[in-house]
Amino acid sequence: MAKSDVKVLGAWPSPYVMRARIALNIKSVEYELLEETFAPKSQLLLQSNPVHKKIPVLIHGDKPVCESLIIVEYIDEVWASGPSILPSNPLDRATARFWAAYVDEKWFPSLRGIGAAQEDEARKAAIEQVAEGLSQMEEAFQKTSKGKDFFSGDKIGYLDIAFGCFLGWLRVTEKMNGVKFLDEAKIPGLVKWAEKFSADPAVKDVMPETDKLAEVAKIIMARLRAAGASK
Amino acid sequence: MADEVVLLDFWPSPFGMRLRIALAEKGIEYVYKDEDVRNKSPLLLQMNPVHKKIPVLIHNGKPVCESLIALQYIDEVWNDKAPLLPPDSYLRAQARFWADFVDKKIYEFGRKIWTTKGEEQDAAKKEFLDCMGVLEGELGDKPFFGGETLGFVDVALIPFYSWFLLYEKFGNFSVEALHPKFIAWVKRCMEKESVSKSLPEQEKVYDFVMFMRKKLGME
Repeated sequence: MAKSDVKVLGAWPSPYVMRARIALNIKSVEYELLEETFAPKSQLLLQSNPVHKKIPVLIHGDKPVCESLIIVEYIDEVWASGPSILPSNPLDRATARFWAAYVDEKWFPSLRGIGAAQEDEARKAAIEQVAEGLSQMEEAFQKTSKGKDFFSGDKIGYLDIAFGCFLGWLRVTEKMNGVKFLDEAKIPGLVKWAEKFSADPAVKDVMPETDKLAEVAKIIMARLRAAGASK
Repeated sequence: MADEVVLLDFWPSPFGMRLRIALAEKGIEYVYKDEDVRNKSPLLLQMNPVHKKIPVLIHNGKPVCESLIALQYIDEVWNDKAPLLPPDSYLRAQARFWADFVDKKIYEFGRKIWTTKGEEQDAAKKEFLDCMGVLEGELGDKPFFGGETLGFVDVALIPFYSWFLLYEKFGNFSVEALHPKFIAWVKRCMEKESVSKSLPEQEKVYDFVMFMRKKLGME
């Protein structure tokens, strides 16, 4: 299929965009990355995602698919001959989807909460929450990996992608707050997993460099603090 | 081996209703257990330790949590009858998108209509009614979001109809007056036994919420 048939509308720092790119890489699908301009949002973004106006958008042929986890499932189904991203057993699928939803609805918001915290107390509480969430994910990892390298077993899959895309931001948060989340003493399974995931051929070229992300983080945090202070 | 299916639920929950409808559509026999969400059972805490929420589908002893995840599970396991998701990958992505839209928008704005006042309530009302319009657009000329029969989005959305009397009384509006096409779709859904038997009466939901508001000192 011609490269121009598959486009990802996104931005390199976005963990959600990373999910789509990793999935396409797993399936060896060539695609064109269109970097979204923001401020103002591009015509293409407004047209292809009129409901939420958010990235990523996968444009396949001329059909848009929105919401990163929905995009990953779509990629898995369309390019069915490639390596599987979701497990085949319905209970395993439900479990993977459950933890991906947990990461999106509980864990990542708690990570963002650190950056948004206005005072030390709030920051400490947010850090606690993130650490607790990581313990939860360590438990999930032990259960679903069944002794293998990844949440999905021998190769990276849905939950690895859903959670692993946040590693760049986790490392940035560690750096900027002088805290160690990826602590072998506390979450040994996840620490090993994080290294293997980041080195995976489908991941390493789309995982942003921590230093570059840190620059973006500074800009975002300044904006969040300004928004919080002006209330 | 006979399947053992248990549904941990709470009668006014739209999320629980989704699973009741799906199980009925597929003709699956199950044991319904109503939880007192203010006094959660040991079974619920054991089956959903992370969120401690209903609904939980328990299939041969194994729990599946989160209503849309459980809907997909039901659709995948009992795939011989009444499919909820279509076979086409793009249409499946669309169905998942709109079900996610229902979760992100309808529940949140609906909730704000009866839990907030003044400007916040007005904003929630406007957003809620906007969503009705967007959903009408997505429905188009089809009898159901799933096409000719109930699909994933229909099952995800219709339960909120049981809360409409509450929204309309607090928000002081009529969905039928403003979005008759939406209500026409509701009526088509309610003609199905799987739906009408799974949804409580609007008055019952309204009375329950009013009772809870008094109890929680929200009046």
